[in-house]
Amino acid sequence: MALDTDTVRRIARLARIHVDDGELAPLADELNNILGWIEQLDEVDTEGVAPMTSVVEMVQRLRADEVNDGDLQEDVLANAPDPADGFFTVPKVVE
Amino acid sequence: MSALTDLTIAQAGDGLDKGEFTARELTDAYLSAMADAQALNAYTAETPDRACAMADASDARRAKGAAAGPLDGIPLAIKDLFCTEGVLSTAGSHILDGFEPRYESTVTQNLWDAGAVMLGKVNMDEFAMGSANITSHYGPTINPWKAKSGDAAGKDLVPGGSSGGSAAAVAARIAAGATGTDTGGSIRQPGAFCGIVGMKPTYGRCSRWGVIAFASSLDQAGPLARTVEDSALMLQAMAGYDPKDSTSIDQPMPDFAAALTGDIRGLRVGVPAEYRMDGTPPEIEALWQQGIDWLRDAGAAIVDISLPHTKYALPAYYIVAPAEASSNLARYDGVRYGLRVEGEDLTDTYERTRAAGFGAEVQRRIMIGTYVLSAGYYDAYYLKAQRVRTRIADDFRNAWDSCDVILTPTTPSAAFAIGEKMDDPIAMYLNDIFTVPASMAGLPAISVPAGLSGDGLPLGLHLIAPAFGEETLFRTAGVLEDAAAFDARP
Repeated sequence: MALDTDTVRRIARLARIHVDDGELAPLADELNNILGWIEQLDEVDTEGVAPMTSVVEMVQRLRADEVNDGDLQEDVLANAPDPADGFFTVPKVVE
Repeated sequence: MSALTDLTIAQAGDGLDKGEFTARELTDAYLSAMADAQALNAYTAETPDRACAMADASDARRAKGAAAGPLDGIPLAIKDLFCTEGVLSTAGSHILDGFEPRYESTVTQNLWDAGAVMLGKVNMDEFAMGSANITSHYGPTINPWKAKSGDAAGKDLVPGGSSGGSAAAVAARIAAGATGTDTGGSIRQPGAFCGIVGMKPTYGRCSRWGVIAFASSLDQAGPLARTVEDSALMLQAMAGYDPKDSTSIDQPMPDFAAALTGDIRGLRVGVPAEYRMDGTPPEIEALWQQGIDWLRDAGAAIVDISLPHTKYALPAYYIVAPAEASSNLARYDGVRYGLRVEGEDLTDTYERTRAAGFGAEVQRRIMIGTYVLSAGYYDAYYLKAQRVRTRIADDFRNAWDSCDVILTPTTPSAAFAIGEKMDDPIAMYLNDIFTVPASMAGLPAISVPAGLSGDGLPLGLHLIAPAFGEETLFRTAGVLEDAAAFDARP
């Protein structure tokens, strides 16, 4: 199932990556090249095989249900590009 | 006495204990060597002041008879994927410009608790996506080895990747050891390309807390060092249960270095038929046969085994890893940390930040991942790949009925020149053809330098053990190391 430029545009939008129109066609070629190579997986019989969900057999350990974190506003904001008054900021989203 | 920077971690620890030199002298020797090796572009951030303070603290502990163990006073390089408090941590990406974490990763904290000294952060492929260290925002790291003949003679070679800075630093004697991370081969392949030992433990042995995420079900930290013993000493400090990582494993920690007995009599070594692939260079096949002979001579029983789904591990990996990456990398939005490129509105800000901040390979993988997880394609790609992954894990499970450890080559070639394989992503992906299956199954594996190519470049042999089989892995690797007696230097 080869990707066309409209599909690539949609994927880029879903991935929140800006792609100029002129780059869509070469990008579609690149992605199709990789997806074409991946399609050899169709040769593998996976009928009745469960998808892997845990890499190593392990018993999940639960932590005690207690507050052990918080009050880190200064640390959380320390690397923000444009913090203001204890908040992250973004461009205006509501007119 | 040879230069302090030539000592292995074990030798340096011995010298420190005997008072032959101080941790500060050892650290100064490394800092001076780093200054002379800038051309390799191995370090992305050097931390000499912190290194000296940590070395002085180590000397003070030792003077009081309170040294923390074999790593106390040992200078290490840290892959830039590990968050280090107050020190630039970028994952080799433009999108993490200026990011100085306010916390320390568990693995690095464990090393500092063991007394190790941080020399700085080392270069890597962007977000650990690459096999040549050419996708870093900070430029390529150069392999300290040079080809003596052939097409690559005289050219700058790649150190492998993604832990290319780690491997180059250890090989060039500008770090005694280094941390790396391995998702599909990112410790073992650069270890092989640089002529050092690279070890990936069982998934979950080392905490992933504070390690910038690439593919969460595959990422695992491990050591790069000059000897098998040094790798065991480093892993001892790095690994352990961590309540902050829900996939960290709560298992007893063996004494890894004590496993190096040199005795593998009766050990069953599996040789998988499917790793004999068309197009593998004769010198790789010959080295593999040499490895088989070495282990047989040491008393191991060689067993032919089959891992039927080997060839499907790499394509399945290129669904699973990008899928997980597309989710993990969704957090880079230009709002909370790192680069921000202002757009017309919020969505445009996200899109322009991510277009400017991620390099071409990272963008390619995010898009593949987004596509295979998107509505209508999830079953055909992602679930299919996870089913194939179960098949691959079952192959290994079946193999352990007839063998205790598996021997293969680490890579299908020696290091290549910077600029090669750049136009064809799949040719680059094939670097990891021998290392990816163990990653998909979460198994521990190690690359040991075992010989030189016809052009004078190092080649590695690769061992895979069952989950939690690190002791068998180190014991067998130690025997290979002794037999190979690899003493070539860049």
